[in-house]
Amino acid sequence: MTNDPIITMQGIHKSFGAVEVLHGVDFEVRPGEVHVLAGENGAGKSTLIRILSGVYDDWSGAVTVQGRALRLSLPRDAVRAGIATIHQELSLIPSMSVADNLFLGRELRGRLGGVRFEEQEAEAARLLAAMDLQFSPRQPVAELPLASRQLLEIGRALGRDAVLFIFDEPTSALGEHEVEPLFARIQGLKGRGRGVVYITHRMEEIYRLADRITVLRDGRAVGTATPEELPPAELVRRMVGRDLVAGRAPGAARPERSAEPALAVEALRVAHQERSDRAVVEDVSFTLGRGEILGLAGLQGSGASEVLHALFGALGRRASGRAALGGRPLALRSPRESVARGLLLLTSDRKGTGLAPDLSVTHNVSLASLPRLSNRAGWVWRRREEEAVAKLARDFRLDAPSLAAPVRKLSGGNQQKAYLARCLLPEPRVLLLDEPTRGIDVGAKADIYELMRGWVARGIAILLITSEMEELLALSDRVLVMHRGRVAAEFAGADATKEKVLAAAMGGRGGLAA
Amino acid sequence: MILIGCVFNAGGAFFRWSVHRDMLRQVSTFGILAAGMTVVIITAGIDLSVSSVLALAAVSFAWLTLPHGWPALVAIPAVLLGGAALGAVSGALVARMRIQPFIVTLAMMVFARGLAKVVSGGEKITNYVPGPGGTEHVVALPRIFALIDHRILGGELSIVTIVFAACVLVTWVLLSRLRLGRYLYAVGGNQEAARLSAVPIAWTLVAAYAFSGLLAAVAGICQAAQEMQGDPETGMGYELDAIAMVVIGGTTLAGGKGSVVLTLIGVLTIGYLQKILSLNAAPEATRLMLTGGIIICAVLFQRGKRQ
Repeated sequence: MTNDPIITMQGIHKSFGAVEVLHGVDFEVRPGEVHVLAGENGAGKSTLIRILSGVYDDWSGAVTVQGRALRLSLPRDAVRAGIATIHQELSLIPSMSVADNLFLGRELRGRLGGVRFEEQEAEAARLLAAMDLQFSPRQPVAELPLASRQLLEIGRALGRDAVLFIFDEPTSALGEHEVEPLFARIQGLKGRGRGVVYITHRMEEIYRLADRITVLRDGRAVGTATPEELPPAELVRRMVGRDLVAGRAPGAARPERSAEPALAVEALRVAHQERSDRAVVEDVSFTLGRGEILGLAGLQGSGASEVLHALFGALGRRASGRAALGGRPLALRSPRESVARGLLLLTSDRKGTGLAPDLSVTHNVSLASLPRLSNRAGWVWRRREEEAVAKLARDFRLDAPSLAAPVRKLSGGNQQKAYLARCLLPEPRVLLLDEPTRGIDVGAKADIYELMRGWVARGIAILLITSEMEELLALSDRVLVMHRGRVAAEFAGADATKEKVLAAAMGGRGGLAA
Repeated sequence: MILIGCVFNAGGAFFRWSVHRDMLRQVSTFGILAAGMTVVIITAGIDLSVSSVLALAAVSFAWLTLPHGWPALVAIPAVLLGGAALGAVSGALVARMRIQPFIVTLAMMVFARGLAKVVSGGEKITNYVPGPGGTEHVVALPRIFALIDHRILGGELSIVTIVFAACVLVTWVLLSRLRLGRYLYAVGGNQEAARLSAVPIAWTLVAAYAFSGLLAAVAGICQAAQEMQGDPETGMGYELDAIAMVVIGGTTLAGGKGSVVLTLIGVLTIGYLQKILSLNAAPEATRLMLTGGIIICAVLFQRGKRQ
């Protein structure tokens, strides 16, 4: 077995519109190697492997597969070149059987062109046995659990003689005991001389699987080394960079913490959407004081977003545990109760779950406050509504052609302000903010920071999720880090640094051990 | 449309008030349906059952007043309640069982039509009421029938048109002044956003379909009065005309925007189209084809405006 790399990537540049996201990345994978790609959110890992999968056709640089220079513009190019990507959204067709899926696109044909089903089934049965999967080749794929489907995809790729296997966060949807068979398969791939690219931000996985690690930061490769050469602390430092630790902005004087916390949470658990025996949030407890900003940090799959949705009552029966708002118990069952009691949620997706695009700014902003702005018979007090919304728009410096214009005509930053205004109009006591500054311009961000400082000065408590580390550290009084559904660490504001937070988010040690 | 009418004025006939008055009267029943349909379409739904509810209402109204001699003051609310109740059932199925509105109301359309036939015994209910022993006797047509079919202002404006106008007004108040109206737009515009804003989704949807059923019942009573009978076969296909009127007016089926004023424009457009064609003695086929063409043009025009 030669040691020539299976794939090499040289000088890879990729831009989305005017924004360059990969600035000349070099990367290679050798036979029989598991090469882990590490980096923060947005560092460019997914973009890089999408280039390898043939998803993009507008990138520059050189890619070779087994020594041959290739131009990967279509997913088919990648498959033909022997590159197999095991997606999170698996590419199996749930309603078709195992056998049919395995041979999709390369059916065994008889002399007259008909499909030879028995042969396919026999072949499929052999593959299943080789993968140690106890399923019949005739079973519809939908009946297989996710972990088995993943293994099946690996099997299919092997059947296509793939030489490189790409895994992007494969374990984020798996349970503890499902992970082992996957790792065993990966060892098997190594044994057969295939190459594996593995993206994860779980420390334990990196150090268990990696033969080499390449760190990406802000679209550049900042080092390739073996796990021995790159211990966890150094790994995190490379991921985060030698930037100055973000200092906390001098906040306005916070009001004295009254004895009663604004929000108290105990043993919060959120069941997985499809499989109630698994939890995406497990045993989370914390308190949030009046006028406090608690930052909730976590990487993909950490469950942070689900904590917010559960507390708001948006997840219904999936949420269990105890919570109290201002001392009184909170049922966690319905948004109606939350809004009525002054608990408001801002989701991370203003377009999908936040704003109604054709409704006017005024109508969007007043949507959660209508019971307050109408009489018992349902007649809306339009003047009161317009005044209240106009005042908020002025405070927020919301720039709109007119408040009666449909909200989709506003810029991203102003749309976000409108969405936030909806959460502030009912005079809340606690705000649950999920990525409040995502996708907006710098000016709007600054406005929102200022607004937040004003809110906490008035005693409003904020539970904040943001994936921008500087923002998190600058705004939060305390930081709670989540990893795989549990609280991994807690830091007081002054103690929190980017490295510590990231290390905890990846499952390393720091604060409370995972 | 009015401009076109002036052009194709069939030798001056277009300029007589009687023509407009007739057009309004003919279109009123459809217009009432369209007003209710507007509400449902704004929630990003659709109500295919309005024609059948209309028939059921017509038949029920006739059945209650003619053979059974109920006074109109009791019969009318009873029929309206029935229409609203059927609508509420549709709404509940859409909201709680999460079945698509198209399918729910399609089923209701078939069901209500069947129910109409049950109530009527399969025949039209007229003032020839079967008596004991297989005989028939004539019952005086209750005054309410004449009343509804009446024209006031010296025959210049029909009551049915006034009923239509009232329905449009009520719908307008609902959509623009009431909290429920806001909820309707929110549910159609972004249902998840509405849910997270504590909008009562299920109740809003039930109300929307109940309102549509209620208006369909109103239309059914008017229909019975105008036809002077309760005919279980009446109104077939009316739901499509109602939908066409809403769409031509400018309310999109995707929901979240639109208004009953726009629907009114749609109603008048189709009304005038029909009238102009009939004044010019154009064949039925032409009307159908032109209506189809106008629907497409209207949608493209609105999309162009939206860009």
